[in-house]
Amino acid sequence: MRNIWLIATREFKHYFISPIAYVVSFVFLLVMGILFYANILASSVQQYAPGVQIIIGPMVTLFLFSAPAITMHTLADEQRSGTLELMLTAPVRDSEFVIGKWLGTMMFVMVLIAVTWVYPIVLNQMIDPGIDQGLLVTNYLGLILMVGAFMAIGVTISSLFSNQIAAFFATLGVLLVLWMIGYPSQALGAMGGGGLLTYLDISEHFYSSFYRGIIELKDVVYFISLTSVFLFFGTVSIETKRWR
Amino acid sequence: MIQVEKLSKDYGNRRAISDLDFTIEKGEVVGFLGPNGAGKTTTMRILTGYLPPTTGKVEIGGFDILDQSLEVRKLVGYLPETIPLYNDMTVFDYLYYMASLRNIKDREIRIEEITERLGLADRLDGYVGKLSKGMRQRVGLAQAIIHRPEVLILDEPTIGLDPAQIIEVRNLIKEIGNEHTVLLSTHILPEVEQVCDRVLIINNGRIVAEDSTERLQSRLMGSQRIILKIRDDIAEVSSLIASTPGVLSIQQKDDNTMEFETAAGDDARAEVARRVIKAGHDLLELRSISMSLEEIFLELTREDPSANIDEVEEPYETAGRQAE
Ligand SMILES: Nc1ncnc2c1ncn2[C@@H]1O[C@H](COP(=O)(O)OP(=O)(O)OP(=O)(O)O)[C@@H](O)[C@H]1O
Ligand SMILES: [Mg+2]
Repeated sequence: MRNIWLIATREFKHYFISPIAYVVSFVFLLVMGILFYANILASSVQQYAPGVQIIIGPMVTLFLFSAPAITMHTLADEQRSGTLELMLTAPVRDSEFVIGKWLGTMMFVMVLIAVTWVYPIVLNQMIDPGIDQGLLVTNYLGLILMVGAFMAIGVTISSLFSNQIAAFFATLGVLLVLWMIGYPSQALGAMGGGGLLTYLDISEHFYSSFYRGIIELKDVVYFISLTSVFLFFGTVSIETKRWR
Repeated sequence: MIQVEKLSKDYGNRRAISDLDFTIEKGEVVGFLGPNGAGKTTTMRILTGYLPPTTGKVEIGGFDILDQSLEVRKLVGYLPETIPLYNDMTVFDYLYYMASLRNIKDREIRIEEITERLGLADRLDGYVGKLSKGMRQRVGLAQAIIHRPEVLILDEPTIGLDPAQIIEVRNLIKEIGNEHTVLLSTHILPEVEQVCDRVLIINNGRIVAEDSTERLQSRLMGSQRIILKIRDDIAEVSSLIASTPGVLSIQQKDDNTMEFETAAGDDARAEVARRVIKAGHDLLELRSISMSLEEIFLELTREDPSANIDEVEEPYETAGRQAE
């Protein structure tokens, strides 16, 4: 546990030095701000009360694209710079190393998410009966669980490359595939066998429950399992590195 | 402290090291020599648990490197060939991080102590990524010894250091070697003579020689060469020397110096001295000259590998057994 924490905090601090993290945060918050403003304008013109979804919706999409940028360096850079040799010969388990890396990215993401908390506050001031607090909390909970899975996928894929750019595109590819894998099942639906694909689809587990203010145990389990499975893959990937 | 048995490593189909056998006792400083690509780094990576062996067994401090990897890693300090540094950290943060992972107490004091010793004290707040090559090497070394490891494994520790720092680091290694076990690889042969108790010479993934530096020098020659110098004309004693038991051949160097050869281990110096003095000559010098480590190294790592094994490895085995 201690090692995980040490590795995570080093990783977390790295974000405040790295230019990539600043660029990602800047773009993320900028786009969030623009979309928020646009949505508020649209709702006032069209005379409807905007909900929490105008904040969460864009944020989910932004995370889909920024998660690979947040995780791309994690293990790829350790391999490129030779520090992997240091870590794998230090008294640290491979799993502690991978989990520590993931936790570090999560700490950074939590900061990013915390900053976006201003939008619900602003929104709450603007609309009359205030926003649906329950819906807000479920949405943020779902978002954090989902982003946790994104980070696990990203960290694991980063272990496969010593080049950050390669890690970025590979992660983006995997995330997009997992995001849309449910679509073909609609076509397959008639033939059956689409169920598994739908189950694997990430968006399915978010939009049909958390997004609507429902906490479904199966969706919580899904995200935690997805995160654990990928962290396990990441550990295996680091272990097999030794055998190459 | 370190026990290696029948250690082999394949990279794909390529065999990098084959059937290495050696033991390093506690408190020994052992030099690991060999030409580029001989397998030094590979061996060290296996010892530190970075790479698993293809076959064979390694124990460090009684722990198996595969089954008790974490125990082994706690004992070992390691400076890899490519210095493993986080460029985005300051020297202090980096060392503090490594010290934390090693779970040592009084980290600040230890860092202060070690950076003082390695001439890094004024660089603590600088970013590792901005350091010069030699400074980076020092930070790598600091990281390797910060937890006072029982076993220190250094892959070319003095590469890139300035002369003053090389001396400092060699002294440091000797000091650590008083109590702890050190295995270091190097291409600087005088370094081996200065700091190591013993050398392992490896070529094409095989150990071709293993002995103390002095014994290696005399063994390799098969015979021993001795210089004799007297005040008078050397020609007067030449027949006297030639007839001494154990002397194989003589060769006159200049008016009062000659070089003679004796069988290895059969030191005829005492008898020669007696005879020279008895004959009424002033004995000025009588010393054995040995081959330099460079010569030995080149001899052992010649291109033709069969020559090494047949001519060199064999006598070593027997010699080693006699010594035990
Ligand atoms: N990761 C790897 N994959 C494939 N082959 C490798 C790998 N690392 C080393 N080798 C090969 O194994 C052999 C031994 O290499 P090693 O790095 O151990 O040599 P070395 O004795 O440290 O040499 P140097 O003096 O140049 O540092 C070489 O032939 C090398 O090409
Ligand atoms: Mg090497």
